[in-house]
Amino acid sequence: MSSEINNPFASTEQEHRGKKVELLVKFCTLAMTWLLIIPVLAIIVFLVYKAWPALSIEFLLDNPEKKMTAGGIWGPLIGTFFLVLVSLIIAAPTGILAGVYLNEFARDNWVTRFINLAVVNLAGVPSIVHGLFGLGAFVYFLGMDRCLLAASCTVAVMTLPVIITSTKEALASVPMSFRVACWNMGATKWQTIRTIVLPNSISGILTGVILQVARAAGETAPILFTGAMISSRIADSGWDAMVPYGLDDRFMALSYHLYIISTQWQNVPESFKFGTAAVMIGLVIAVNSLSIGFRIYLRARKKW
Amino acid sequence: MEYQIEFRDVSVYYGKDIALQGINLQIPRNEIFGIIGPANAGKTTFLKAINRTLEFIYSAKTTGEVLFDGKDVRQIRNVYGLRRKVGVVFPLPVGLPMSIYENVAYAPRRSGIHDKQELEEIVVRCLKQAMLWDEVKDRLHMLGTKLSGGQQQRLTIARALSHSPDVLCLDEFSIAIDPVTTMKIEDVLTELKSEMTIILVTNLVQQARRLADQTAFFNKSKLIEVGPTEKIFTSPVNQLTYDYVTGDFG
Repeated sequence: MSSEINNPFASTEQEHRGKKVELLVKFCTLAMTWLLIIPVLAIIVFLVYKAWPALSIEFLLDNPEKKMTAGGIWGPLIGTFFLVLVSLIIAAPTGILAGVYLNEFARDNWVTRFINLAVVNLAGVPSIVHGLFGLGAFVYFLGMDRCLLAASCTVAVMTLPVIITSTKEALASVPMSFRVACWNMGATKWQTIRTIVLPNSISGILTGVILQVARAAGETAPILFTGAMISSRIADSGWDAMVPYGLDDRFMALSYHLYIISTQWQNVPESFKFGTAAVMIGLVIAVNSLSIGFRIYLRARKKW
Repeated sequence: MEYQIEFRDVSVYYGKDIALQGINLQIPRNEIFGIIGPANAGKTTFLKAINRTLEFIYSAKTTGEVLFDGKDVRQIRNVYGLRRKVGVVFPLPVGLPMSIYENVAYAPRRSGIHDKQELEEIVVRCLKQAMLWDEVKDRLHMLGTKLSGGQQQRLTIARALSHSPDVLCLDEFSIAIDPVTTMKIEDVLTELKSEMTIILVTNLVQQARRLADQTAFFNKSKLIEVGPTEKIFTSPVNQLTYDYVTGDFG
């Protein structure tokens, strides 16, 4: 009783317990966060350590030679670049426009709900299934044969649902009141989208697209049957080395290259395998950093 | 004489809920028409029925006829033209995420005005009418969303005036604005009356009394009484109206 008189802020029994639980929760969540970071750091450190002897500019810029026991990874690297580029050219406009329709124009009826459900489910389809679908749909049915275009289409189908979803989320984050204000001034829906909604959600949309770049570059399964090849002779220098593959050519890709040199070929120096893996991880980190940078930029620029 | 706006037996439903019930009402030109009534009386729905923004609420259904300039608004093909003829200010201030200048120039641009000088004249005129000019004249290129609540409210008023509407609908325009500025805007409204019809929805019954030529009292989605403002405030026919204007309501 007397302590209460001396100190009106003395903790009650309840508050004591509250503080203990608070500490416990904070510690647990922190521990889990570190648990998450440890494997990431371990993978990167291990990869770079193992890959160190191979890593050099020449490793990036030279083509694989002597059954991949010498040279570098230029062919697969540029192949992955074109795969991502072409698949984005297909998937980004399609996905963004579909997202705009679903969020801005579509009424909330059973058709829309069905489409949304389909999109969510498509995002959950395993990549190997996408690969088989691509083989059936693009390679055989549409008669593209195994080529860069068929593989890009397959990867595009794989990345589409996430692009649609992230576009929808970015658009939905623009407050409804902005749209209502524009409509009340006699602006059409498209004028409103063009002048208010898109300019304020474009960074979010692009973040979603960029994250899909990392995924498109990393997946092996979708390109396994649709266009990737073990080894193709491409030029070592000049224009032909910059653009070695046409849309109807088969191509090398980093992920597939790594799979082949780790499981199918003998006598490949270990540092080459880890070097390829390190380059891939490096690409993913670089691309993700770009999207995080975008998000920071977006938050700093937030207009309301 | 053709009324500016006429409601003929208009009912509005949101799904199963009724928001307006058999409204019959005429609003003459160049007049300030006050609408008072408690929350949930259908005042805002009334405004939305005029410029057909009810259509954005998918569950909303309208029956009856709303005539604008003698034409049924639902027969008007160019709904955007209709909305340009109606300026609306909603109670929650919304500055668009663009500069103050662009906020006001938005509607004129959409209707095809691109001449710089013409746009600037419109922006200056509207900001002055909304009593915002003195506060923002040196920072027209600041973001509209960075203004204070009361300033954004006045920005909304400037925007509603920017497309030179025939009808100006004000829904609780003064809730975020200080009393002194409110008075100044009220003076402007009295002047604007010669150019346009003004529909003033307000919770401040005294504001309706000060400004409105006619006043309508809405309650529970019905129009209870409409008449010359002085009559509504001094000798209303309906007991409910009397209770509301004298503050005995509820």
